[in-house]
Amino acid sequence: MNRFDCIKSSEKPLFIPFLMAGDPTEKDTIDLALILQEEGADVLEIGIPYSDPLADGPVIQEASKRAFTSGMNLEKAIQMIGKMREEGLHIPVVLFTYYNLLLQLGQQHVVDLMNRYSVDGMLVPDLPFEESESIRNLCKAHHISYIPLIAPTTSQERLVKIAQSAEGFLYCVSSLGVTGERSVFHPEIQRMVKEASMHSDVPVALGFGVSSPEQFNEISKLCDGVIIGSSLIRKADELRAGSSKAETQDWKESFRNFVRSLLLEGVQKVSN
Amino acid sequence: METTIPNEKKGRFGQFGGQFVPETLMFALEELEKAFKEAMEDSSFLEKLEHELVEYSGRPTPLTYAQNCTEQLGGASIYLKREDLNHTGAHKINNAIGQVLLAKRMNKTKVVAETGAGQHGVAVATACARYGLSCKVFMGEEDVHRQSLNVFRMQLLGAEVIPVKSGSMTLKDATNEAIRYWAGAVQDTFYCIGSVVGPHPYPTIVRDLQRIIGIETRSQMLDRLNKLPDTIIACVGGGSNAMGIFHPFLDDPVELIGVEAAGLGTETEKHAASITKGTVGVLHGSMTYLMQDSFGQITEPYSISAGLDYPGVGPEHAHLSESGRATYHTITDAEAIEALQFLSEKEGILPAIESAHALAQGFKEAASRGRDETIVICLSGRGDKDVSTLIKIIKGGEEDESV
Repeated sequence: MNRFDCIKSSEKPLFIPFLMAGDPTEKDTIDLALILQEEGADVLEIGIPYSDPLADGPVIQEASKRAFTSGMNLEKAIQMIGKMREEGLHIPVVLFTYYNLLLQLGQQHVVDLMNRYSVDGMLVPDLPFEESESIRNLCKAHHISYIPLIAPTTSQERLVKIAQSAEGFLYCVSSLGVTGERSVFHPEIQRMVKEASMHSDVPVALGFGVSSPEQFNEISKLCDGVIIGSSLIRKADELRAGSSKAETQDWKESFRNFVRSLLLEGVQKVSN
Repeated sequence: METTIPNEKKGRFGQFGGQFVPETLMFALEELEKAFKEAMEDSSFLEKLEHELVEYSGRPTPLTYAQNCTEQLGGASIYLKREDLNHTGAHKINNAIGQVLLAKRMNKTKVVAETGAGQHGVAVATACARYGLSCKVFMGEEDVHRQSLNVFRMQLLGAEVIPVKSGSMTLKDATNEAIRYWAGAVQDTFYCIGSVVGPHPYPTIVRDLQRIIGIETRSQMLDRLNKLPDTIIACVGGGSNAMGIFHPFLDDPVELIGVEAAGLGTETEKHAASITKGTVGVLHGSMTYLMQDSFGQITEPYSISAGLDYPGVGPEHAHLSESGRATYHTITDAEAIEALQFLSEKEGILPAIESAHALAQGFKEAASRGRDETIVICLSGRGDKDVSTLIKIIKGGEEDESV
């Protein structure tokens, strides 16, 4: 069965956190993933470290470096998701990987591994619709959801094509530029999300720049889900840096509290 | 000027090229492709471009017979296409003038560019000064230190130089950062890429703006010798001077040789020979040959010449190599320096270290060929910018890769 089927009917806005695989260790990523699930994550995005992350801002670039230093790579990250499953992770998991990493490991091999280790979807930030046909077909044949992106600059004509092709969920980039926290979103997002929802039968989620409960609240009124990456990664990094080795569990609990406060406020406001 | 947008799958040269960019940039690439096509069909734009190339940059550049080199080597006749005599000292200005005029035509007010050694940055800053656009140049912090002279030149020309601290802090990272910046400012900013690299339509645009090198070479050879050259040789980093001189000869029986930087030797890891030693992958928006590890992480190139120090290569070169239409050789740091000294002493021309790679291969070829053959070497830039590097290498008596 497809784990994405369970999220479609959700009433509350979907919470879609992003973690970098192996930042700074595999065990940390597994622990944080389980905490995020316990705190209500609906889908988990797992980033793969890459030398040239063109779509990412400074926070994820740094996370990518730490993960790379720890020896993480695409194949190990997929295997790591298998371990998360063994430890009780049941929500859909999406790989966020640059295209060159897929090419070098071999696209067929990647989808085989994803099937074997129960990874549900794939998102490739540097592979636009026009270049993605073969991998979309490959994903389809392996029951993997290929999650496309749209941006405020996407033309109407392309938006329709992309929204119709979406599986799992549709990723709307909320701002121009790269991933990272910011205080204002692009003025076109409301129109964009509305258009996208009309042409897509999967949830429409917004990402790039969401960092505060207020923003979570604001954004979740507009769409079906919110992707949060940089602010979680920055917080985890800060908490870890501020704790000694003996306090490992403490910083993870602090991270849990941070996630809880982020969601509580946003979700409460939305359900009013 | 004739434009040939590659056609099979969009923006492909065989299996190479394409548009591997974040979605945010797709509309800008569409807009750019359309604007470039329209500009190249607009006689007033072409006249303005030609006027500027003549009156401002000093084109046509001469084709110089290297008589002393030819006699000394005793083989094929050697001709030098003198791109070093352009305004700002290299072929880079051909592209910068064309793209900045295009930016202006598209009503963009800001230009952003990446630069390695600073030659492209200086060319863009120059064109922006002349045509009244603001200019931001991203440059790896490593390169900012290595090339402080060019940093100051760009600042004198009114450009803002932004040091890049991400990744390895060199050209590859400056390119990443310029693209990231562009993604955030795409609505009013034009990205002026410096070589035949990047997503479609850039490799085609830059090639078409550099074709003037080959077009002039062809008519100069015909005027002079009433025949085409047997061989054309040019250095290849991203490969814009080479694409520019090769392209008008693709359908002729002319041998085309590209020269990559072998650095300390292709048997070491210290080189920048993407075609000769690299594998197929995607970087900076296009599929091409790259220097990368087996996982797809891009590795650091090395060359004494900052202009060849790039881990990829233009996708059309990748295609010309795969199809066999052009061949690609490598020249080490030491061979390039030797050729640079030889040309300086024999002809009174100090070439850029980049161009010296083409010269080194050209001298080898000339010596092994008959006197009835002719070879054109693209002298892509002058060596003034390299003098401090040369002092350290030649007078210091040791190779110091940190220069």
